[in-house]
Amino acid sequence: MYSYYLTIVLAPLFAAIVAGLFGHKIGRTGAHLITIGAVGLSCLLSFLVLYRMYWGGAEPENIGVYTWAVTDGLHMEVGFLVDRLTVLMMAVVTFVSLMVHVYTIGYMHDDPGYQRFFSYISLFTFSMLMLVMSNNFLQLFFGWEAVGLVSYLLIGFWFKRETAIFANLKAFLVNRVGDFGFILGIAAIVTFTGSLDYATVFGQAGDVAAQSIEVFPGSPWNAMTLICILLFIGAMGKSAQAPLHVWLPDSMEGPTPISALIHAATMVTAGIFMVARMSPLFELSTMALAVVIVIGAITAFFMGLLGIVQNDIKRVVAYSTLSQLGYMTVALGASAYGAAIFHLMTHAFFKALLFLAAGSVIIAMHHEQDIRKMGGIRKYMPITYWTSLVGSLALIGFPGTAGFFSKDLLIEAVKESHWHGQGAVYWIAYLSVLLGVFVTALYSFRMFFLVFHGEERMDKATKSHLHEPPWVVTVPLIMLAIPSLAIGWFTVEPVLFGGFFGDAIVVDQGRDVLANMGEHWHGPAALLMHAWQTPVFWLAMAGLATAVYLYLLRPDLPAKIKAKVEGLYNLLDRKYYFDDLYIKGFAAWGRNIGRTLWQRGDEFLIDGVLVNGTANSVGKLAVVMRQLQSGYLYTYAFAMIIGLTMFLGWLIWFR
Amino acid sequence: MIFEAMLFYLFATVTVGAALGVVFSRNPVHSVMFLVLTFFNSAILWLMAEAEFLAIVLVLVYVGAVMVLFLFVIMMLEVNVEAVKRGLTRYAPLAIAIALIMVIELIQLIWLRSRDVQISSSFAPTPEGYDNTKALGAVLYTEHVYAFEIAAVILLLAIVAAITLTMRKRPGLKVQDIGKQVAVRAKDRIRIVKMDAEKKQ
Amino acid sequence: MIGLHHYLTLSAMLFVLSIAGIIINRRNLILLLMCIELMLLAVNFNFIAFSRYLGDETGQVFVFFILTVAAAEAAIGLAILVVLFRTRRSIDVQELNRMKG
Repeated sequence: MYSYYLTIVLAPLFAAIVAGLFGHKIGRTGAHLITIGAVGLSCLLSFLVLYRMYWGGAEPENIGVYTWAVTDGLHMEVGFLVDRLTVLMMAVVTFVSLMVHVYTIGYMHDDPGYQRFFSYISLFTFSMLMLVMSNNFLQLFFGWEAVGLVSYLLIGFWFKRETAIFANLKAFLVNRVGDFGFILGIAAIVTFTGSLDYATVFGQAGDVAAQSIEVFPGSPWNAMTLICILLFIGAMGKSAQAPLHVWLPDSMEGPTPISALIHAATMVTAGIFMVARMSPLFELSTMALAVVIVIGAITAFFMGLLGIVQNDIKRVVAYSTLSQLGYMTVALGASAYGAAIFHLMTHAFFKALLFLAAGSVIIAMHHEQDIRKMGGIRKYMPITYWTSLVGSLALIGFPGTAGFFSKDLLIEAVKESHWHGQGAVYWIAYLSVLLGVFVTALYSFRMFFLVFHGEERMDKATKSHLHEPPWVVTVPLIMLAIPSLAIGWFTVEPVLFGGFFGDAIVVDQGRDVLANMGEHWHGPAALLMHAWQTPVFWLAMAGLATAVYLYLLRPDLPAKIKAKVEGLYNLLDRKYYFDDLYIKGFAAWGRNIGRTLWQRGDEFLIDGVLVNGTANSVGKLAVVMRQLQSGYLYTYAFAMIIGLTMFLGWLIWFR
Repeated sequence: MIFEAMLFYLFATVTVGAALGVVFSRNPVHSVMFLVLTFFNSAILWLMAEAEFLAIVLVLVYVGAVMVLFLFVIMMLEVNVEAVKRGLTRYAPLAIAIALIMVIELIQLIWLRSRDVQISSSFAPTPEGYDNTKALGAVLYTEHVYAFEIAAVILLLAIVAAITLTMRKRPGLKVQDIGKQVAVRAKDRIRIVKMDAEKKQ
Repeated sequence: MIGLHHYLTLSAMLFVLSIAGIIINRRNLILLLMCIELMLLAVNFNFIAFSRYLGDETGQVFVFFILTVAAAEAAIGLAILVVLFRTRRSIDVQELNRMKG
């Protein structure tokens, strides 16, 4: 199995290097063949490993590959921890990545950066696999930063666009905030346990939880709470949780396949994965879990609201992603890690599908992304239409789809969670996810109807070219639509209730909601039959009905509503003024500090006083001193004599 | 003893007087002559201190060679005596001030500070049959032979340096260049030209 | 009686005179050289006096070397002087400020 793991990880890296460095030699076809081949191989082997683990009963493996450095007893290693959580992530990552690779052939067809793009996405696949397969914090951090790097590279893929550069920079800066917390968390772990290895750290978790540390003088914190909150700050950056969410909508400046792969299906879920992976730590800190669940709830509901007012097709999906990531985070906070990972998986499929479908529309519309200029595309692009419908239904949790199982059970888990007796936290979380369902349905179908139904608002030239894109685009759509529809049926039971994750996820006995729910579990069919009894179903239907009413039956209404509640609309349109706060607040503040340091510190103090000042003062001193250097012999002789006299005087009188 | 003291004071006075002459005389030639006088008197005083060899060397080397050299140079260079005069008075006060400070310091050093140290007022008599030159030679060629060799090299260096510095090539001087003469080859000098034989007319 | 002090005093007087001479004679480089010779003589006086006082010949060896080096110095100094005079037609110390940068 060891060689399998190595191949899974290194094949995309190899392809990325070849496509990146020798892209011009192997040409476009060569580039996509080698990267797709490599990722296909990874995907195949990942599924094989999944199969062996799931049905073959293979044991989880913890393999050290290479010791990079040992310093002061701290082992820095490269290693693979392949357990059931990892395997699931590997399968999802490589599968979605493979679909996106294929799709890219069609989407990036005319782009001059074709080989570069393939190199990047292969590199991304490698980085993400390194992240999920890691058995220690260092490698986790490496993968974490590597996926971030590729993300920045790809957001700024069209680096000649002003907006792309801005989005790139924004993603980078916001992620720095998160990563700062993350690395502080890792540092705290090393401080308390002296190890980077998962197994060792988890083994010592109980001892760490018993310690405390003074973050501010006079306020002792539980060490585990501190570690977990710091790690979660990292997850907030990577998984775009409020208030570090601002980069994700802007990241839509990147090419659409990237939005699907990195900013919907895989990279942004790294935070979710990480928290699930760290469940032995998080379980020891109720405080940290409270932070997690509240942040998740805020993101889930309020980011969903923003989706309603967006007009850019990709941004709608982006806000939807934010909202769904919020759901997953809530599940984490409710100790229902299985539900979070399950939703992560189904979400990866249907959100990738939605993005790719959006990309398909964008290709057909000649890179027009404004949904107000679309409409009625249904009849031109049947495959895209139907797959989008599947994706949207899955997203809103329509009974029977993958999203239904994951979301319904997720909300159920939150409802049943151990937070029940704890007042505010429970109600914030539960109400947010519940109302979020309505919002999700509303914005999903608002976009869906505006794009595919209604009157055709695009111009003539565009309309004449509207047609279904080539098979390389549609095949991934169909391939993704299948799991979006069906995967819930046969995975829900083992993943959530069958103890699939084994030892990979640790949940405290007292709050294992999924175990409690499992006692009342009667199979997916039973869940489907009772769907109409849950408020989730009715809220989703209400959202759908509202969308139908507003955007199909009375298309004139939205504008009127907008005029009525202009204040609210502006609040949403400006994204709760987060951008203003960051750009005009923190960023401007930071730039002012920078400018001050530059002008006062660098130019004045260091350049002016220290560097040039030294030279100048030496120069001025020299101007004075050179008066002594008359060049006349007798001056020097005289100086010697005076010196001699003084020396003699000192010798006689002062010694 | 008194006689010896009187001799010392006499020669010492002449020495100082001659030194004053060296410094304050307006004509460089006079200065050199005063310097010669100083050296002569110094040699006598050294004799009195039983440093016979050095006294002789001082007269031979200094008076005989170095001073003559000075004299030659002064004669070779036409120095403006008038200009020398002007410079003298201008800096005299400064010189006197410095000299005074120095004098005070030295008196302090020689007469006052050494009061605590027991120094016999006169030199101890030399042992019977003491030969200054022999004694000096014995030390010079044994302990200090290395320094002696270096001194020889320095003298050689001085000769070479002095000659190199002052030697100048005068234009229009007809000399043989032996190296060039030896290096000459026949083909540089003779050119054989082939010609058709000319008919006798 | 004539002893160490007398010789040392004489030497000091010669030394001080030569210093005064160096300060006073700014017009003539040859005089400067002569003053230096005088100064060396003063030093030699000290050496000989101490050598005699301590009954140790090493002091006289020093004098010997000083004389050697002084002779060499005088020779080279005068040679330089001659070259200088050839190039500048003057040995006035007050005109020699080429060393000024």
